[in-house]
Amino acid sequence: MRRLAFACALAALVLTGAASVRATGQNAVVQAAISEDSLPRTLSEYGFFAGSPDRPEPSLIRYGLRNPLFSDYAEKTRFIHLPEGAQFRVGSDGRIEFPVGTALIKSFGYRSDSGTLDTLETRVLLHRADGWIALPYVWNAERTDAVLKVAGTRIPVTFEDPSGESHSISYGVPNKNLCKQCHSRDGELSPIGPVWPDMEFERESDRERLKVQARFPKNGLYAMARWDDPTETLAERAGAYLYANCAHCHSRSGAASNSGLFYDEPVGDHPASGYLKRPVAAGRGSGSYDFIIEPGHPERSILLYRMHSLDPGVAMPEIGRATVHKEGMTLLTQWIAEMEP
Amino acid sequence: MSRMNFGWLAAASAIVIAQPLAAKTVEVSAGEGAQERLQEALILAEAGDEVVLGAGRFVLTDGLSLDIDGVTLRGAGMDETVLDFTTQQGSGEGLLVTSDNVTLRDFALENPKGDGVKSKGADNIVYHRIRVTWTGGPDANNGAYGIYPVESTGVLVSGSKVSGASDAGIYVGQSKDITVRNSIVEANVAGIEIENSRNALVENNIATRNTGGLLVFDLPNLPVMGGGNVVLRRNLVVDNDTANFAPPGNIVAGVRRGTGILVMANDGVLIEGNILENNPTAHIMVVAYSLKFDDATYNPYARNVVVGDNMFGRGGDDPQLDGKEMLLAAFGGALPPVMWDGIVESDNGLRVADGVAGWTLNLKTPGQDMATAQPGPLDVPTPDGAFALESVGAPAELESRIK
Repeated sequence: MRRLAFACALAALVLTGAASVRATGQNAVVQAAISEDSLPRTLSEYGFFAGSPDRPEPSLIRYGLRNPLFSDYAEKTRFIHLPEGAQFRVGSDGRIEFPVGTALIKSFGYRSDSGTLDTLETRVLLHRADGWIALPYVWNAERTDAVLKVAGTRIPVTFEDPSGESHSISYGVPNKNLCKQCHSRDGELSPIGPVWPDMEFERESDRERLKVQARFPKNGLYAMARWDDPTETLAERAGAYLYANCAHCHSRSGAASNSGLFYDEPVGDHPASGYLKRPVAAGRGSGSYDFIIEPGHPERSILLYRMHSLDPGVAMPEIGRATVHKEGMTLLTQWIAEMEP
Repeated sequence: MSRMNFGWLAAASAIVIAQPLAAKTVEVSAGEGAQERLQEALILAEAGDEVVLGAGRFVLTDGLSLDIDGVTLRGAGMDETVLDFTTQQGSGEGLLVTSDNVTLRDFALENPKGDGVKSKGADNIVYHRIRVTWTGGPDANNGAYGIYPVESTGVLVSGSKVSGASDAGIYVGQSKDITVRNSIVEANVAGIEIENSRNALVENNIATRNTGGLLVFDLPNLPVMGGGNVVLRRNLVVDNDTANFAPPGNIVAGVRRGTGILVMANDGVLIEGNILENNPTAHIMVVAYSLKFDDATYNPYARNVVVGDNMFGRGGDDPQLDGKEMLLAAFGGALPPVMWDGIVESDNGLRVADGVAGWTLNLKTPGQDMATAQPGPLDVPTPDGAFALESVGAPAELESRIK
C-alpha cells in the first residue's frame, strides 16, 4: 500500500515535470501518435491542443487560404505540424510536398451568439511512412477533448450566415472514407489546401520559417485571383472558385474523373469546363437542362442548378454541403450571364 | 450508444494490430445505430475479410462506402437484407466502392437518393444477387443508376435485379472486361446500358417494362471513349413499353419508348440469339450519335454491328416516331424488327443475317435532320466472319467467386 502511494507520488512528480517543460515552450506534440501505425482514439493523444481548441500548441503553424472550400459557412482554423528538422519541396504547381511525420490539422466551428467560436470537429491528415491517413475527431460538449469518429456522425447546428439569415442544419462530420473521396489523387490520399501561392499566414515568422525549410521550383508560382475580390475579372474569380470548390473531385485524377468535367485545368469555352457540355451520369441532377454551362443562361445551366440544390441526389459538391453558398452562386450566375450566348 | 460503438471500435483496432493477416468475419445486424456500426465495419475491414449483414431492414441516413481491397460484403438474401435509404441525407449514392477485388452479394438497396451502388476505379468487382429498387415505381425523381460500375477493369454482375432507375438499371461505363448475366431489369428508363466500354458480354438477362431494354453507347468528351467489342446474346427483351421518365438533358431521355436493343456509336457489336417480343418502336435500333459535339477524338458512327439470328415476335407496331401512321401503312401495319439510320463511316456499317428484315432511314451524316429521311427496306450485307467471342466478358477469377 505504501509502495503504491509512493508510485503515485512519483507519477505526479513526473507529470508536474512534463507540465513545466511545456511551460518553457518546448514542443508538446507527440510525434509517435502522428507517425506510428495506430488510430489514436482521442485528439489529446497528439498534443496539438492544450485542453481546448483555442489553445493550439505554439509550434503549430497556423495558415489560411485565399480561396477556401465552402463548408456550410463553418469557420475553419488550419495548422501544420512539421517533424523536427523537416526539409521539403514545393512542386511546380505550388503544392507543398510534405515530409513523412507531417500533420495537417483543420478545425470546423460556428460563432455563438456571444461571438465565441464553438468548435465542432477537428480533422487530421497524417503523413505516415505508407502514405497519408485522414481521421475525424468530434469535440465533447465541454470542448476539453475530441474523440475519433471513423464512421462520421451528424450534429444539429444553428447559425447565421454573413447576410444574417439563420440556418438550422444537420452538419455532417465525414467518415474516414469520405475524407478520401475528396482527398484522392490517382487513388492515393493527399492534401488539398496547402498550395503555396494560395496560403496566408497569421504570423509572418511562420512564412519565413517554411521558406527556410522549403526548396522552391524554378518556375514562378502563379497565384489565382481571390474569388471574392471585386477588382478581379469575373472569369478569373469564377475559375478560382471552381478550383477551390470542385477541382479536388473534378480532375482527371480525382473522384469525378469519369465526368469529363475538369476544374483543375484552365477554365474556358470548352467542354471540359462545362461550356456547352452535356451531362453524362447526372440523372435527375441535370434538372432537365441540356448543358453544364449554357452561355448567357445561368437559369438553364446544370452547374448552378446543382449548386443550388440541397437534395443529396442532385447537390454538388456531393458531400459536406447542407446550405447553399449564396455568394458563390451570385458570382457564377453573373459570370455565366455575361457570357456570349 | 456511441460509447458502446466506441468500445467495439477499440476492440476491432486491437484485432487489426494483433492479426494483420488473418481474414475474419464481421457480423453487422440491423437496428439502432446501423449507420455507424455498418460504416465502421466497412472502414475497419482488412483485405480478405467478410462483412456479413444480418437479415432485416437497415435504416440509413447517409451513403456508405468501402475502400478496402478484397472485402466481401454479404447479406442474407436480396429479399432478406435491405439497406433502406429512404431517409438518406447525404452522398450521391447508397454504397460507393473504390477498392479492387470486392464482392457484393445477397442484399438489397431501396430508394437511394442518387445512384444505388457505384463502384469507381474498382477493378475485378462482383455484384451477385444484388437488388436495387425504387419502391414507388418509375419516377423522374428516382436515382439515375441502380448498379453503376465505372472506370473499372473486370466487372461481373450476376443474378441481380434493378427496377425504377431514372437512367439505367445496370450501367457499366468507361470500363472493360465485363459480364452482365442472369439479371432482371424492369421498369427503368434503360434496362442495361454499356457505355464507353469494351469487351462486354451481356447474356441471359430479362429486360422488361423499361423504356429501352439493352443499350450500347459511346459518348463524346469523356476520358474513356472508343467503346465496342460487345456481345448481346440469349437475352429476353420483352414488353419494353414504359414511357420515358428520364429527366430531360440526359442522353437516355432521347430513347424512344418501346426500344428493345439500341446501339449508338460503337465499334463491333454482336446481337445474337435474343428473344424480342412486344417492343413497340423497334426490336433493334442501330444509329449514329446525332447531337453536335466538340471532340476531335470521338467517332460518332455505329461500326461493325452484326445482327445475327434472333427470335422476333410482335413489335414495331406502335412506334414513337414522327410519321408513325405513314410508316405503319407503308410497312403493312408493323415496322420490320431492325431499324437503322443508314449512316455509315465507310464500308464498316451494319450487317444482318440472312432472312432478318429491317428498314432504314437512309440518312447520310450524323446529325442530319430526321425530316430528310427517306425510309425504305433494309439492304445490307450478311456477316462476313466469326466474331471474336473469346475476347469479351469478365475474367474467370470473378466467376469462380460465386460458384
